[in-house]
Amino acid sequence: MSNKSLIVTLLATTLLSGPAFAEDVTLTIESWRNDDLTLWQDKIIPAFEASHPGIKVKFTPSAPAEYNAVLNSKLDAGSAGDLITCRPFDASLALYDAGHLADVSGLENMSNFSDVAKSAWQTDDGSATFCVPMASVIHGFIYNKEAFEEVGVEVPQTETEFFAALDKFKEDGSYIPLAMGTNDQWEAATMGYNNIGPNYWKGEEGRLALIKGEQKLTDDQWVAPYRTLAKWSDYLGDGYEAQTYPDSQNLFTLGRAAIYPAGSWEITGFNAQADFEMGAFKPPVQNEGDTCYISDHTDIAIGLNAKSENADAAKTFLNWVGSEEFATIYANALPGFFSLSSFDVAMEDPLAQEFVSWRGECESTIRSTYQILSRGTPNLENETWGASVAAIKGTKSAEDLGKELQDGLASWYEPQQ
Amino acid sequence: MKSPRIKSHVIVFLAPAVLVYTAIMIFPLFNTLRLALYTEADQVRMFVGLENFRTLFGDPRWSESFWNALANNFWFFVIHMLVQNPIGIALAAILSHPRLRFAAFYRSAIFVPTILSFVIVGFAWKLILSPIWGIAPDLLSAVGLKSLFAPWLGKEEYALTTLALISVWQFVGIPMMLIYAALLSIPEEVLEAGEVDGITGMAAFWKIKLPLILPSIGIISILTFVGNFNAFDLIYTAQGALAGPDFSTDILGTFMYRTFFGFQLQLGDPHMGSAIATAMFGIILVGVCIYLFGIQTRLKRYQF
Repeated sequence: MSNKSLIVTLLATTLLSGPAFAEDVTLTIESWRNDDLTLWQDKIIPAFEASHPGIKVKFTPSAPAEYNAVLNSKLDAGSAGDLITCRPFDASLALYDAGHLADVSGLENMSNFSDVAKSAWQTDDGSATFCVPMASVIHGFIYNKEAFEEVGVEVPQTETEFFAALDKFKEDGSYIPLAMGTNDQWEAATMGYNNIGPNYWKGEEGRLALIKGEQKLTDDQWVAPYRTLAKWSDYLGDGYEAQTYPDSQNLFTLGRAAIYPAGSWEITGFNAQADFEMGAFKPPVQNEGDTCYISDHTDIAIGLNAKSENADAAKTFLNWVGSEEFATIYANALPGFFSLSSFDVAMEDPLAQEFVSWRGECESTIRSTYQILSRGTPNLENETWGASVAAIKGTKSAEDLGKELQDGLASWYEPQQ
Repeated sequence: MKSPRIKSHVIVFLAPAVLVYTAIMIFPLFNTLRLALYTEADQVRMFVGLENFRTLFGDPRWSESFWNALANNFWFFVIHMLVQNPIGIALAAILSHPRLRFAAFYRSAIFVPTILSFVIVGFAWKLILSPIWGIAPDLLSAVGLKSLFAPWLGKEEYALTTLALISVWQFVGIPMMLIYAALLSIPEEVLEAGEVDGITGMAAFWKIKLPLILPSIGIISILTFVGNFNAFDLIYTAQGALAGPDFSTDILGTFMYRTFFGFQLQLGDPHMGSAIATAMFGIILVGVCIYLFGIQTRLKRYQF
């Protein structure tokens, strides 16, 4: 008898729980941020699931270098997740044009973002927005405070002071002045050229003039950053030609280098690795009192797979990404990825506060090569990698590099012809 | 008179292999060749004939990249032919020496890198040669040759040769094994007959053994050729898809990958990528044909 009742109970629970399970929708997120896996699993997803019963979320990242290729294949095959982490500008625009990303302009919380924040994920005429902006990264230099005290170097504000500081470290000899290598190429362009450059081409002013065709890459404000980069090679470590990106990170966090040309995305990793105090300074200006410009680059957003079967649940999630709750969790869990929303998000990390404080002092811009200009072949962004490396190594003169890049751009971009 | 019967069991036994091979090799190959004749504009795929090839060989930017990749590929192949195969033959000759002790150990030790993943080989050598943490600068300074050290993987003039030598290190076991097997199959009587005629030692190797293993050397050369012109993994793991510094290590495989799948802000173009893949297929086909009809038919084979 007792056996029978047990079976009946079991059957009853199965029947009862059946419909409850069926209501649960599972959303899958495609992303290249495999470093953030624990953050999503421990903080973001539980916070969302607590307030939205019935929706489960799975974060399934792939390797950053392969993300675009993997995602495109998955989308073509129809096996991609419901939510797609969006790269800025053309990579995502192409997905929208191909019908892989849905228009999400109608979401209620989209009003929490400024036009600049949304610009990286809009059609050229701004009529459709296809991803909800998540975060931007700010460029600058992270330095080893203890090394600065030990050698007696002041934090540089101008370019002259910057090179004087480097000279002092070089003379002292106990630290590598600058931790950067040219093996992986992109650091030279991203943390070199596009880090110091906005001070030369005056941020948005120069960037937009280049897009309109009013300025050329052979103009002095675009060539001068290469001349400055050429001077960096004296302060990089021995064999910097074969030094990789992780090598540079390790050199700095092990305390062997004084200054690291950085993006704010490094903060989390550096906090975990380095056991000395770190500070940050913005790209030095040419003369004291000049307006400073920083690269505050729209980096990451999230959109809806147009073929998702759980579109309603996915939209609920996307709307939540636009909320203040998400902005606070994300910005604090990932110091260095700054919220693009108009909420005033309080952050605890001092290094992140330092970076974000520049937004108040300087004019913000984004990386010069990202919008529209890297649409054709040769690809201006990829060419800039090679050019920045050549400038640092001194294999080509700054003027020649400017001319090569201009010729490449003019070969397919009409406003520059 | 029996009429020839169709042996249905032959078809049944062949079917699985033929089907699988067709599905995963023949169909993709021909589909790639077909894809090279199309292009895409405004989300619509159109047939453009040989237009992609005209761009690849006619447009100065595309053709410069292509010829650069092809020239690098040839250099990669030349290093393998000049270094890997002679060393492989020499190792096999030493290993087949009857009085060598621990031959089995050496054979395994030299062959082991061949079964390692490219990723492991790429990263291990990157670390060994790293100017910061690497063991290479320390080893050189231990013997007083520190001045010879350079960041080889980061210099345009050395990077490709360095990578080719790493690849040689990895794959030298394959020619060694093939030649070793060929050497073992040479009958004792032939060598003894030579000894009677006064051919011993090195002379026996040059005059008897080498001619007898020439067909194996031919096979190894063609395997090296096909392997090198399809190479991609080592360059990609060590230098990334941009095959730096300044494209000095760009070979056809990395060029094709970058074009087909895109890279960073560069969107992928499967049609141009297929055109490059087709060109690679053509180059390999021509190379193999030259070997098959020009060389292999002239090689003498000896039956014992």
